[in-house]
Amino acid sequence: MSVLAKPRKSLTLARQEVRDGLWLLAPSMLVILIITVLPIIFTLVLSFFDTPLSNPVPRDFVGFGNYLEFLNSQQFWQAIWRTLYFTLVSVGMELMLGLGIALLIHARPPGWNFLRTSLIIPWAVPTVVNGAMWRWIYNADYGALNGVLLSLGIIEKYQAWMIDPIVAMNLVIVADIWHSVPFIAIILQAALAGIPVELEEAAAVDGANAFQRFLLIRLPLLQPAILVALVVRTVEAFRVFDIIYVITSGGPAFGTVTISYLTYLESFTYGHLGSGSALSFLISAFTLVMALVYIKILYRPENRA
Amino acid sequence: MKRIHGVLSVLLVAIFLIGAAGCASQPQADGPKTLRVLAMQQAGPTPEEMNAIVAKFNAANPNVTVEIEYVSYDALHDKIATAMSTTPPAYDIVLVDDIWYAEFAANEYLLDVTDRLDDNMKSNIFDSAWAITTVNGKTYGMPWLLDAKYFYYNETILKEAGFDAPPTTWEELVAMGQAIKEKGLVEYPIAWSWAQAEAAICDFVTLLEGNGGKLVDEAGKPIFNNELGVKTLQWMVDSVESGVSNPASITYVEEDVRNVFSQGKAAFASNWLYMYELAALNAEESQVTGQVKMALMPVFEAGKAAGVQSATINGSMGFSVVGKSANPDAAWEFVKFLTSEEIQKEYAAHLLPVWANNYEGEALTALTALNPATPVTVPIFKEQIPFSRVRPKVPYYSEGSKALQLALQEALTGQKTAQQALDDAAAVWVELGAK
Repeated sequence: MSVLAKPRKSLTLARQEVRDGLWLLAPSMLVILIITVLPIIFTLVLSFFDTPLSNPVPRDFVGFGNYLEFLNSQQFWQAIWRTLYFTLVSVGMELMLGLGIALLIHARPPGWNFLRTSLIIPWAVPTVVNGAMWRWIYNADYGALNGVLLSLGIIEKYQAWMIDPIVAMNLVIVADIWHSVPFIAIILQAALAGIPVELEEAAAVDGANAFQRFLLIRLPLLQPAILVALVVRTVEAFRVFDIIYVITSGGPAFGTVTISYLTYLESFTYGHLGSGSALSFLISAFTLVMALVYIKILYRPENRA
Repeated sequence: MKRIHGVLSVLLVAIFLIGAAGCASQPQADGPKTLRVLAMQQAGPTPEEMNAIVAKFNAANPNVTVEIEYVSYDALHDKIATAMSTTPPAYDIVLVDDIWYAEFAANEYLLDVTDRLDDNMKSNIFDSAWAITTVNGKTYGMPWLLDAKYFYYNETILKEAGFDAPPTTWEELVAMGQAIKEKGLVEYPIAWSWAQAEAAICDFVTLLEGNGGKLVDEAGKPIFNNELGVKTLQWMVDSVESGVSNPASITYVEEDVRNVFSQGKAAFASNWLYMYELAALNAEESQVTGQVKMALMPVFEAGKAAGVQSATINGSMGFSVVGKSANPDAAWEFVKFLTSEEIQKEYAAHLLPVWANNYEGEALTALTALNPATPVTVPIFKEQIPFSRVRPKVPYYSEGSKALQLALQEALTGQKTAQQALDDAAAVWVELGAK
């Protein structure tokens, strides 16, 4: 500190540059501090207190009480399993479908340009609108799903789809897949376009069939793009809230209450901001672990494109 | 250290500037004011009617801009609770459900208006309406929507099935429903709002009270898991299994019930008063106009034997001024205007007045003849409202209700027996009450 307090003329040029640089950075640092760092620290502090939503100041210190309460509750672990199921199935399906669509576009069949453009539409639909749309599609008395299945002769009469917790969860996943496949498809299609044609041609000359070329050339080269898509989508899927809020509101019988939905209930419906904050940090911990696992598995130095 | 002080001072100045900017946007005492209102788009006047009311208010108060935001009932509580944690709050006036007044009063969200009420209001508004907005002797708002669930039936379907009168007991309804089903008139005779939402509690209380039961005893202890509660829930489960109740009821709230009933896909429905005009008279909204009738809410045979003539849920709401509002006086003026006798009479198509003096003598004749809906809605309102039952006014109601919603859904989806599900919910209520 004493160095900084010295008269200005004694500063070297390099030091002056550092100092000027700091001043130039200060406004953006300030913004980040106020809108990101402070709220996170505040939430962390809240999570150690019994804080009501009506008066969100830390009052009664409970230590790790809020965390332990959840780690010992059945509801929390059920929500975690549901969330993991949602994440695994939706991201898994999205990756497979997305890769398929990307390969299809890459093969440039007639109309591929139209396909690529129309792919944006589901992605461009806001999640809440998407949820409201699927809620109508799934409606038991006037939904399009029933209409289509009935006219195809698959069902004999209209079915109430959303009354079974497991069916409801899977139908929410379908809605999420429809919405998010384009994201993965577009990323992978862009990555495919960047793979040099020569590699595949050389492999073909060496006698590799189409499947081998896909498995041994395209897939390894796609790995960095797949990693990006997976990390982004997994983190998103793990925090899923809006689509569930709109389609099922967590029903039937809490069958679609994911961990973010539980956080919402805890913080805003029940007004326990302290335990809600603790849940948020637990979610962050889970997502961090998942991201680290991905990076460990997929992000190896030799994969750097 | 000097540098750190420098950085800190910059930070502080920035924070003050942001704070000052926030303050500067607040209106002056006599200058133009903006009142932000949070209301609900379901039951009560339509947004068009609300806009007309605002226009009338503006004629007398040109300085005040009223911005109304509408959300669904199920988003209303959480939106209010979230908005209240900031200063100034995001809304000046909020629509509050009967069951939230205890919680909001305990959290000091609402302006205490006990001393602002005049004698005309006190003597001419129903006592049962004041009970909605009053907690522990203090009044926190103006009653606005005095509502209950009513029993609706499709007269044409009933006649085709050979019935001249609506059922008076739920057992009769099941028998009539079976006949309607057998004749192939509709697939599922009755639609309910049994989704995992407050709507399910409303229907459960209606049925439970019709069986002679209650949610809590006089000491506030949960008794919905007693024999009557279990029998009532079991009846709900059985009615879905037999196909008398629409199985999709487990995913439906009131608006879904209205849609199904308005499409002629149900012979019976339980819904708030607003459905009458929309289903019976409004051809744009309904395919069954001219076929819709209302009747007193049925009860169970056991309830009838115990002297219960009819029972339904009281679902009333009030408009309240937010305690931290920057313009409490202007906000209170608007709330008074919204709930004034004159406005309530004029917009009585979807919402009947809370003013008791409108239901006597000549005023009653005038109210009944007010619009095409009132000849039906006013008499049934007078008849049904005395049988409406309120839910417990406890600060932990939102959380307790969620536990009970879960119990109903667990039984309806076959995950737990009715007894087990209700016992588990009762345990949560006991725990919440002890906190």
